[in-house]
Amino acid sequence: MDRRFPFKVLEHIFSFVDSNEDRNSVSLVCKSWFETERRTRKRVFVGNCYAVSPLKVARRFPKMRSLTLKGKPHFADYNLVPDGWGGYAWPWIEAMAARRPFLEEIRLKRMVVTDECLEKIAASFRDFKTLVLTSCEGFSTDGIAAIASTCRKLRDLELRECIVDDLGGDWLSYFPETSTSLVSLDFSCLDSEVKLSDLERLLSRSPNLKSLKLNRSVTLDVLESLLRRAPQLVELGTGSFSDELDPEEIAKLTKALSELKQLKSLSGLWDLLPEYIPLLYSLCPRLTSLNLSYATVQMPDLIDLLSRCSKLQKLWVMDLIEDKGLKTVALCCKELRELRVFPSGADLDETDVTLTEQGLVSVSEGCPKLESVLYFCVQFTNAALVSIAKNRPNFRCFRLCVMEPFAPDYRTQQPLDEGFKAIVERCKDLRRLSVSGLLTDKAFEYIGVHAKKLRMLSIAFAGDSDLMLHHLLSGCQSLKKLEIRDCPFGDTALLENAAKLETMRSLWMSSCFVSFGACKQLSQKMPRLNVEVIDEHPPKTRPDSSPVERIYIYRTVAGPRLDTPEFVWTIHKSPEVGVSRLSIR
Amino acid sequence: HTSFNFSSSSSSLSLSLSLSLSHRKGFTVFSKSLYASTVTPHSSYLRMSESVAAEHDYIGLSMEAAQMSDNKTKTRDNNNNKNDDVLNFKATELRLGLPGSESPERVDQRFLSLKSSCPVSGAKRVFSDAINGSTKWVFSPGSATDVKDIKPAVPVKEKKSSAAAAPPASKAQVVGWPPIRSFRKNTMASSQSQKQGGSDNNNSETEGEAKSGAEPCLYVKVSMEGAPYLRKIDLKTYKSYVELSSALEEMFSCFTIGQFGSHGGCGRDGLNESRLTDLLRGSEYFVTYEDKDSDWMLVGDVPWEMFICSCKKLRIMKSFEAIGLAPRVMEKCRSRN
Repeated sequence: MDRRFPFKVLEHIFSFVDSNEDRNSVSLVCKSWFETERRTRKRVFVGNCYAVSPLKVARRFPKMRSLTLKGKPHFADYNLVPDGWGGYAWPWIEAMAARRPFLEEIRLKRMVVTDECLEKIAASFRDFKTLVLTSCEGFSTDGIAAIASTCRKLRDLELRECIVDDLGGDWLSYFPETSTSLVSLDFSCLDSEVKLSDLERLLSRSPNLKSLKLNRSVTLDVLESLLRRAPQLVELGTGSFSDELDPEEIAKLTKALSELKQLKSLSGLWDLLPEYIPLLYSLCPRLTSLNLSYATVQMPDLIDLLSRCSKLQKLWVMDLIEDKGLKTVALCCKELRELRVFPSGADLDETDVTLTEQGLVSVSEGCPKLESVLYFCVQFTNAALVSIAKNRPNFRCFRLCVMEPFAPDYRTQQPLDEGFKAIVERCKDLRRLSVSGLLTDKAFEYIGVHAKKLRMLSIAFAGDSDLMLHHLLSGCQSLKKLEIRDCPFGDTALLENAAKLETMRSLWMSSCFVSFGACKQLSQKMPRLNVEVIDEHPPKTRPDSSPVERIYIYRTVAGPRLDTPEFVWTIHKSPEVGVSRLSIR
Repeated sequence: HTSFNFSSSSSSLSLSLSLSLSHRKGFTVFSKSLYASTVTPHSSYLRMSESVAAEHDYIGLSMEAAQMSDNKTKTRDNNNNKNDDVLNFKATELRLGLPGSESPERVDQRFLSLKSSCPVSGAKRVFSDAINGSTKWVFSPGSATDVKDIKPAVPVKEKKSSAAAAPPASKAQVVGWPPIRSFRKNTMASSQSQKQGGSDNNNSETEGEAKSGAEPCLYVKVSMEGAPYLRKIDLKTYKSYVELSSALEEMFSCFTIGQFGSHGGCGRDGLNESRLTDLLRGSEYFVTYEDKDSDWMLVGDVPWEMFICSCKKLRIMKSFEAIGLAPRVMEKCRSRN
C-alpha cells in the first residue's frame, strides 16, 4: 500500500512552512517531499548569486513569486571590492523573464543592475509589484522611469543607498496618470530635484501609500504640502530639514506633522536644525523607529526629542548623542530593540564628542529588549563588554567597531579578549558579531567554542597567528559568513579546515598572509568551492608563496563564473591549468 | 610561515608619500593611495610571543620608506650643517632582524602602523615619535624618550615633542576603515562642505570623506627641493609667517633654511637682512607657494591672512631655482642692493 501522503495533503501542510531554511530541510527528506516543496515555494532567497545558476533556480521553483538575491561580498560596502568585480543582475532577470513571467517581487542587494535590467523587468512581468534595490549600482533614473511607467500594479519601489546615474527628476512623472497602487516609495538616495507638482500629484493619486522616503533635495518648505496629501503615512523619510521658515510656515508644518496619526517611522531629517525639533514632538509618542543618523543635531537638543519617544524600538543616531543622550535613551526608551550609533566626523581625532563605552553600557542596562547593536566608538574596555554581556544576554547581533585599530582596553591595556569572551559566552543566541580592538588568538578560541549560533563574523586587524583562523573554522558550528581583513594568519589554518568552507556561504579575506599556492591547493581539494583571487597582478607571474591581496571563497554548484573581470582569477580545479579566467560579456 | 618580506616590497610604491602625523592623537597616517595601491606583500608582520599580545605592523611601505624615516637628524640647530652626518649609513641600512634585536629607535621606524596611542587615556603606544611630531619623525633621531615598549600591555609614557609647531593631524587613511558605507561617507561629506560653505581644503587624500567638523583645515603639501618626500601641514594651525617658518625649519631641518620672510608688515619684499645676504650667497633656500591662480609666489609678500587663503602648495627651493621661477625675487634682490 502506498503510504505516502497524497500530493495535495503535503502541499497543504507545506503551505504552513514559511521559512526557507525549514523548506530547505523539508526538501532533503525524500524525493516526493522535494518535489512537493519545490512546486510550492513562492519566495526564493539566494544568498550568493554565484552559488547556483539562474536557470536551475527558475526551473526548480515554478511557482515562485518573489526572488531575493545578494551579489557582492559585504566588504564591498567599505570599498574593499574593486569595481567591476561582478554581481550582475542581468542573467537572473533574463532567466526569470523567459521562464517565470508571474514573478512579482525582486529584491537585490549589492548587485549591478543596468537600465536594461529594469526595462526587461518592466516588459516581462505583468503583475510586477515590488522592486527593492539595496546598495546596488549601474542604473540610471531612466530605468526607474521605465518601471514607474510600465508596471501598472507597482506597489513598492525602494532604492536604498544605491548609486544611481541621476539624470534628473523626471522619472517621477512617469507613474500612471490614473491612481497608482503605490504602497511604498523610497528615492532617498537620488540627488537631483524632483518637481514639486509631480510629487504632489503622485501623492494625491496614491491613496494606498504608506511609506514615503524623500531625497535630500526636497526642501523643508514644501514638506507641509506633501504631508497634507498623504496623512495616512506610516513611514516618512523627510528631505532636508534645514531651510529657513517663517513663523506661519512653521505653524503649518507643525500642524501637518501632527496630522500624521499613523506615523511610526521617521527618517531623513538631513541637517536637522535644533530649532525645528519641537515640530517633531507630536510624532514622538507613536514612533517605533527613528533614524537620526543624518541629523547633525547635538546634545542637549537630542534629549528633548528622545525623552518623548517611549515606544521607540529602533534608533539610529550619530555619536553626537554622547553618553548623556544614551542615558536618556536607557531611561525613556524601554522598548528599544535595535541601536546603531554612527561616527559623525570622519576625522577620528576631531571628536570632541564624549561618546564612550559607558553609553552602550547604560543602554544595555536600561533597555531589556535590546538585541541588536552597531556601535562605533574610539576605544573600549573589557569591563564594559562584560557588563554589557551580563546585562543583555539576549543579543542577536553585536557589532562593535572600535575605530582605533589594535586599541586595547584603555584602562588596563589588555587585549579585549576577555570582553568578547563574555559576549559570546552569555549571549547564546548571537547570530552576528563584529569584533575590533586589540585581540589575540585567545579571543577567537573563545568565539570558536562558545558562539554556537553565530552565522556571520567580521574581523579586522586582529589575532596573532594561524591559530586564530583555526579556532574559528574548527569551532563556530553555525558559521555561514566569515569576513576578515588585515589579520596575520597564513595558509595552514585554511588548508586544515577546508571542509568547513563548504558548509559556509562564503569566506572573504583581504590583506592577510594567504599564499597563492595555498589557494591552489584549496581549490583542488574542494571541488565545490570557487576560490577567487582578486589581485591586480596575475598570480602566475609570482611565486606560489607570495601572498595574495584578496580572496573570496564561496561554495557553489554552478562552477567557476564566466563574468570575471581582469583582476579576478578563479583558480582552476585541475592543477596543470592553474588559473582560469573565462570572461564572456 | 611568516616571511619577512622586506626585500620584495617594490619600488612600485611611489615615494611621494604624503605622510603627516598627528601629534594630538598619535595616528600615523598613510596616504590613502599608498595603502590602497600596494599589492606587495605585507612586510614585517611581527609576531611576539603568545604571552604578550603581539604588535602588528602594517607597513604597507617598503624598506625605502623605513630608511627615510631613519634619516633623522639629531640637531635642530639652525644653520648647522652637521646635519649631513646624520644621514649615516647605519640609519639607512636594511636590516632583517627581529624587532627585539634592534635598538628601540629602529623599532620605532618599523612600526609605521596604525597602532597608536589611545587618545583619551594618555597612555601612548607604539611609534610615539609619530605622535611627537614629524620633526623628529623624519629628521630627528629616534630619541630615546620615544621608546615605547611595543608590547601593548605596558602603558607607554609619551613625551610630547618639544617642537614648537609640530605639524598637525591628519587622520589615518586606510581603505575601508572605519567600516562606514560610502553612501554615508559621501552624504556626510557633502553635509560638511555645505556647512562650511566650501572652505578651502587641499587634502587630496580623502576621497569624499568628511572633513573635520567645525573648523576647516587648510592642508597644503610642502615639498622641498631634494627631499625624497612631501609633508603636509595645516596652515590654520599657524598664525604668522614666523610660526610657519619655524615649523618648516623643523620639518626640513636637515637642509639649511634661514629665516623666512617677513611678519607680514615688513615691507613689500618681505625679506629681512639675513635672508638677503644668504640669498646672495646662493646657498639658502626659499619658500615659495602656488597660489589660486597657479602662480608661484614668494612666501612672505602678502599679509598672512591673504596668504593662507590663496596658498595651495608650498615648495622650498634653492635660491637659484627660486629666481628662475619668481622673477620678482631677482627684482627684490636688485632693489635691495
